[in-house]
Amino acid sequence: MNFSRLKRTFRSAVAAAAMGVIAAGVASAADFKWSFSGDAQTLDPHGLAEIFTLGFQSNIYEPLVRRNSELALEPALAVSWEQKDDVTWVFKLRQDVKFQNGNPFTADDVLFSHQRASSPSSDVKAKLRSIQTMTKLDDHTVEIKTNGPSPTLLDELSDFFIMDKEWSEANNSAEPADVRKGAENFATRHANGTGPFAVESRQPDVETVFVPNKDWWDTPEHNITRAVFTPIGSDATRVAALLSGEVEMIFPVPLQDAARVEANPDTKMLRAPELRVIYFGFDTWRDELQYSSVKGKNPFKDKRVREAVFYAIDEDAIVEKIMEGAARPAGVIMGQGVNGYTDELGARAKFDLDKSKKLLADAGYPDGFEVTLDCPNDRYVNDEEICLAAAGMLARAGIKVNVNAMTKTKYFGKVLDRDTSMYLMGWTPPTYDAHNILFDALGTPQDNGQGKWNMGNYSNPAVDELQKKIAVTVDLDKRRQLIAEAFQIVKDDMAVVPLHQQPLSWGARSNISLVQRADDRFEMRWVKVN
Amino acid sequence: MLAFVIQRLFQAVIVVVAVGLIAFTLSHYVGDPINNMVGQDATIEDRAALREELGLNDPVPIQFGRYILNVFEGQLGISYRLGRPVSELFAERLPATLELSLLSAILALGVGIPMGVIAAVYPRLATSRIFMTVSLFGISLPPFFVGILLIVVFSVSLQWLPSYGRGTVVDLGGGWTTGLLTISGLKALILPSITLALFQMTLIMRLVRSQMAQVLRTDYIKFAHARGLKPRIVNFRHALKNTLVPIITVTALQLGSIIAFAIITETVFQWPGMGLLFIQAVQFADVPVMAAYLMLVSVFFVLINLISDLLYFAVDPRLRSEFERRRSA
Repeated sequence: MNFSRLKRTFRSAVAAAAMGVIAAGVASAADFKWSFSGDAQTLDPHGLAEIFTLGFQSNIYEPLVRRNSELALEPALAVSWEQKDDVTWVFKLRQDVKFQNGNPFTADDVLFSHQRASSPSSDVKAKLRSIQTMTKLDDHTVEIKTNGPSPTLLDELSDFFIMDKEWSEANNSAEPADVRKGAENFATRHANGTGPFAVESRQPDVETVFVPNKDWWDTPEHNITRAVFTPIGSDATRVAALLSGEVEMIFPVPLQDAARVEANPDTKMLRAPELRVIYFGFDTWRDELQYSSVKGKNPFKDKRVREAVFYAIDEDAIVEKIMEGAARPAGVIMGQGVNGYTDELGARAKFDLDKSKKLLADAGYPDGFEVTLDCPNDRYVNDEEICLAAAGMLARAGIKVNVNAMTKTKYFGKVLDRDTSMYLMGWTPPTYDAHNILFDALGTPQDNGQGKWNMGNYSNPAVDELQKKIAVTVDLDKRRQLIAEAFQIVKDDMAVVPLHQQPLSWGARSNISLVQRADDRFEMRWVKVN
Repeated sequence: MLAFVIQRLFQAVIVVVAVGLIAFTLSHYVGDPINNMVGQDATIEDRAALREELGLNDPVPIQFGRYILNVFEGQLGISYRLGRPVSELFAERLPATLELSLLSAILALGVGIPMGVIAAVYPRLATSRIFMTVSLFGISLPPFFVGILLIVVFSVSLQWLPSYGRGTVVDLGGGWTTGLLTISGLKALILPSITLALFQMTLIMRLVRSQMAQVLRTDYIKFAHARGLKPRIVNFRHALKNTLVPIITVTALQLGSIIAFAIITETVFQWPGMGLLFIQAVQFADVPVMAAYLMLVSVFFVLINLISDLLYFAVDPRLRSEFERRRSA
């Protein structure tokens, strides 16, 4: 340690003496290097609606309405909007905005992007399903008609990035890439947005170099002159690269390394609860569980058994021992920060082993039973460890849990096929709104996509009814009330067993200031190299 | 000789197809790529349609038949993860892996053989004992641990060498990139090549030592000494040359595995080579990349073995004469 500090002092002394002038230049010309555990799968803004990929692209491309550091919506490529009636919205577009290749931004680009994002190979089409038509009123005015009243239209638009019509068509990229067609799409590795940064070069999986967009319409808050992104898959190497100063910012930092990053005077940890809530789901629809010692009936159909699971789990211990104190216990599968969250819903009842045993006995399982828990081991923060710890806790109540941990690539295939009796999941609503949770993760599965992530097929008509109302209620107070009502039912039903909001775990050099958003998206537009 | 080579190449085709079949069958157990290819909003129907159109619902033999036909037409398919032709990805990644592997092989041979000779000739020397002790570590420590250890010492504490990546590379034309021509590229090569070479180096050293120890006891070595030849000539020309056949065999096999299993080293150092590409493909269930990678590796193995067979002829005159005799008979 001492040696390395000595070394550093020596080096900086040499550097200062030898190149005093250049050193001054380095301080103002801020190079910024950062790393994530993987690369964005594509630069195509309509190619893959996945958190990291969208967050990466938001440095280059912009939506009509964007989110600020607190996740609140604010004007971006649209300067203002008004709602003419329940289903008609008029957006005024920003004037004098240019794409990075110099093309002007107009209503045609918005219409083109909508058409592109709605094409079959687009992965963001589901986000735009509430839009019925989009029409150009003039070069800088667009009218959107929704399928019905849509209180979440603006939320949905915040991930709808605008591309340049001329550039896309000229480069044969009028539709997003489609592996089924067996050919590469120009927009997969090249980008031309209106955002704060332009891509100077990109080698997927190796390096992406960004330079600031000098013609950006907004006033930059960052002082980056050049940014280099490198994915580093190995956790230990990523942390080492931060500690050695080769990169200025990394995420995620494995929880077990947080103390090291904290202890180093040149680096710091940035931690906050993420919107994502981790929970256990149960098969509540089969008459007999596929993976259990109980034959002829399904114990998880009985609410008391699900409650017994809840009360047997000492969440405080999980937070303390496995999440290094960095997670936030959850009472409901809606994170603090999601629109509709209340502290009352979020409150978590205390761990109570006796109550758990009593509930099990009342339900007819005084000696417990055996069940298999499907669990990913590379998707959520310490996912497998959580499952193993929960298995230990449930054993004390008499439920013998066999943890079936596997890679996410196998896991999601299995659980989405409903081939599971109990599973660990984490959910962040992509609209940052409670409705999505009720629709995707708790709704009775339907052909329209409702309940596709409800792998235990939990079904309560009252919840579905409320969910449909919430979808079209424009009055915000009334809507919040309906959300609270629906989630109270979910909570009383113990539809799933919520565990915690997992922590965001980012590391940075001490001289870096940045904004850590609760959705785990990192945008360079707030980075200051001091 | 030509007949021998042709016969070997014919065997190679069979090996590659067999490996392809195994790889293709196995790759269907690593999971479902579909859920990695779409976001959380994609409907079940969209997912099912994508799976159907990619032909993932067809029986494995049909999928494999289709795949192998494409391979013989020169089509390695398109990566599910990156949406780019597999052949293009390989062309981009191969230079990184070959550079690292060859450097490691040179390091392993260049250091391992002299160390082995010294340890055999002067077994009582302190240096030899140190070599033997160190080689125990080299042979027993797993490469990821060695890699991380080197990173902690040379990147984090001393800050001499980079912990990840290839540094600045120079394009030699045709997409062939090299890190050998820049300072940062050379610096980036040091830790990964040591990590990758360490096991092979110690293996070669121990092998050379034991082979040499046997040869040194033979009569012709004693005669050579008696003739008054310089010890260096005796040890390196007379003794070492007679240990080379087993060493070539092992080295060739090891070189194959250096290339094939640079995976771990590449993962630790985020080295943008074939191994890293393969690991990412496995995690994603990117079947076209996985299958093509394993087939390519089997081609390497076959070629390296062919070359080592040819080298036997070069170093061992007995084999040459035997081959001639059989031909004329």
